[in-house]
Amino acid sequence: MKKIKLTTVSKISGIALCITGVFITSCQNKGKNGNTVLGGDVASKVYVAPGNYDEFYLFTSGGFSGQVGVYGLPSGRLFKVIPVFSQNTENGYGYSEETKPLLQTSFGFIPWGDAHHPVLSKTDGDADGRWLFINENNTPRIARIDLKTFRTTEIIEIPNSAGNHPSPYCTENTEYLVAGTRFSVPIKKRDVPINSYKESFNGAISLIKVDKETGKMSLAVQIICPPFDYDKNRAGKGVSKDWTFFTCYNSEQSYTMKEINASQNDKDFILAVNWKKAEEYLNAGKAKKMNTPYYHNFFDESTQTAKSEVINEEFILEPKDCPGMLYYIPCPKSPHGVDVSPTGEYIAAGGKLAAMIPVYSYEKMIKAIENKQFDGEIEGIPILKYDAVIAGEVKNPGLGPLHTEFDDKGYGYTSMFLSSEITKWKIGTWEVVDRIPTYYAIGHLCIPGGDSKHPFGKYVIALNKITKDRYLPTGPELTQSAQLIDISGDKMKLLLDFPTVGEPHYAQSIKADILRKNQVKIFKLEENKHPYACKNEKDARVERKGNEVHVYMTTIRSHFAPDNIEGIKVGDIVYFHVTNLEQDWDVPHGFSVQGNNNSELLIMPGETCTLKWEPKQEGVYAFYCTDFCSALHQEMQGYIRVSAKNSNVPLSWKVGND
Amino acid sequence: MKTNYIYAYVIMLSLVGCSDNNPTSSTGDNNNLNQQKETKHQGFASISDSESKKNVLQIAIESPQHKTLVSAVEKAELVDVLAAVGPYTVFAPTDEAFKSLPAGTIDELLKPENKTKLQNILQYHVAPGIFTNDKLKNGVTIGVANGGKVTITEKDGKKFVNDAEIIAVVEGSNGNVFVINKVLLPQ
Repeated sequence: MKKIKLTTVSKISGIALCITGVFITSCQNKGKNGNTVLGGDVASKVYVAPGNYDEFYLFTSGGFSGQVGVYGLPSGRLFKVIPVFSQNTENGYGYSEETKPLLQTSFGFIPWGDAHHPVLSKTDGDADGRWLFINENNTPRIARIDLKTFRTTEIIEIPNSAGNHPSPYCTENTEYLVAGTRFSVPIKKRDVPINSYKESFNGAISLIKVDKETGKMSLAVQIICPPFDYDKNRAGKGVSKDWTFFTCYNSEQSYTMKEINASQNDKDFILAVNWKKAEEYLNAGKAKKMNTPYYHNFFDESTQTAKSEVINEEFILEPKDCPGMLYYIPCPKSPHGVDVSPTGEYIAAGGKLAAMIPVYSYEKMIKAIENKQFDGEIEGIPILKYDAVIAGEVKNPGLGPLHTEFDDKGYGYTSMFLSSEITKWKIGTWEVVDRIPTYYAIGHLCIPGGDSKHPFGKYVIALNKITKDRYLPTGPELTQSAQLIDISGDKMKLLLDFPTVGEPHYAQSIKADILRKNQVKIFKLEENKHPYACKNEKDARVERKGNEVHVYMTTIRSHFAPDNIEGIKVGDIVYFHVTNLEQDWDVPHGFSVQGNNNSELLIMPGETCTLKWEPKQEGVYAFYCTDFCSALHQEMQGYIRVSAKNSNVPLSWKVGND
Repeated sequence: MKTNYIYAYVIMLSLVGCSDNNPTSSTGDNNNLNQQKETKHQGFASISDSESKKNVLQIAIESPQHKTLVSAVEKAELVDVLAAVGPYTVFAPTDEAFKSLPAGTIDELLKPENKTKLQNILQYHVAPGIFTNDKLKNGVTIGVANGGKVTITEKDGKKFVNDAEIIAVVEGSNGNVFVINKVLLPQ
């Protein structure tokens, strides 16, 4: 009945559709507490017995927490929060002297970021388990996490940009990552009236090269595009591997009350970028230079210390100089997501306000380019004819289509924000074959490998924006929520709700076996090249250089060396360089000293970390191990004596009686 | 003591030689959900880890001269404890040391009904806290895990715990193993 009703109203009006949508939603919500919708032995499908392992890792962005959450699937258990763009008191990330440089930007030290899209590095279009990249929206940056250590090892800033949302999505062999500009800005940064938007503002599309061996990122080139809002991206693969696709809205070029003013046009665009061509133009010397300084921060594994470099030059390509590099494809109603099928042939877009999902054909796009089937151009960028490029439209998929991922059986799964559901549709026939409600307001969705050439069509994870009544209430601020849905059969089945850290904006998932075998358990002491490492308790010492005091400290179960320090003076800047001498898996030691104004350190076996401490008053201060390391953890403590500025107490240190 | 260090070094080398045990063996990471319901053996001793420094249990197991000690530790159900985070100082009598006990003593101790007695003796060989060799000086008294005390003496360049000579030292991740030539008997 519902289906018939939907079909008949489909052509009437958006309002009628909306009403139907509400009706459907209310019907679907009847079983929301799981009493009626969960059939069969659902619990056994998500149960991972104590001591056993999950089949998949799930990496969720923490959204506005700036971090990445690591979960197991199907259990939904949280294993780790990886600090990326935000300081983390739990382990000293962004507080220790070694990690502070990672958060440096051209705007100064930024302790927070808005993390959006975790993207696994790929080889031949499939996740290879080497790195996880994630973009920062507010102060445009991309970070790289090393999946051997689950640590952030590099952050690069994106100049000439604002709102780095369509990022970092990688090409088929991680040749490039992309960045884009959701908020077009004057390039380069300068003081102009906001109402000069059309003349003075632009949207930069950036290609960031990734070194094949080391993963190290570098900004290759920026393409200066018309001042639209570049919103989402997905790279081509297989047949379309030389291309990458961006959605953009605000073709109206409005700069105020965008809620209304950027929703006027029936169609906005997908920007198809031939990144191979961009590479050719760059190599052919077509690029101009620009000088907006930006930061590149890199963690050196051997010295265990991050360094910042400021880069003062970037290469700029202008569309008018680069024929064949960019094309606009018309796309209905403020598109958001753009996603590419496993073969690379189909490109599905999600128009937030559209009543259908347009799916484009790569083959048709190439033909339309060859035959010059254009509908005019914008600033030198040809607009392809919609009818020449469209492969099919998924009609009446629900309301507010956003993102699509694919399974291995020829189906697409699209999230429907307004009608809170996932719609499953068939590639080729474009018919809707199944739908399942989500609770509530799904944004992104994730199928393990669902953006790759070889998806694992076992689960889809709904990443929801609204939680409301799904869990026990916790005041006005609620946890965010994800849902695990079985897609192995014809009908999707809800298996599990699980709370997430921060907003689970987007997630990617990978077979656990690919990562498990590569995990680093300890850092080898002999490979520790930290300039302040102390690899032997006998070498533990304190050195003064003017008012700087460097404590070369060691930890091993269950003491610090030295654990008695005297001769510090008010006004000194004390650096505790703590080396954990343990060479035993999962035996970190923690370090904190009374009144330290930053955070604790959590030092992994074989690692050296540095805490800066500036005592302001005379006295004897206690320090101790903060991580329960052993049966004598409580004994793992020491004292540091701080004397007056003009005192004669000599610098001394010891451990034990000698 | 010089020869003792060389001896310790030989033991260390032999341990290194043994260290390529399979890294992923036991853990039940079978992706078949039905099989996953079988709970694997848990406890510190069952953890598979070929990268970390050896713990005191692994040192004993991989030593060619501590077979009796290891079987006693197993009988006393102290295996997981010795693989735990510690920190420990372990006095480890050699097989020869056990042999020099009065005939039948060890067989008697290994009987199930004597488990408490055995535990008491073994715990007399373990101290909380990691003592390095240089901290074991003449006259030092150490409280051990069964509640008793042992005393260190130094004579003619040799070092003793009670009446047992310390003949080698092996550093472990969760403690140090002092190899001794006599079984320590609680007083």
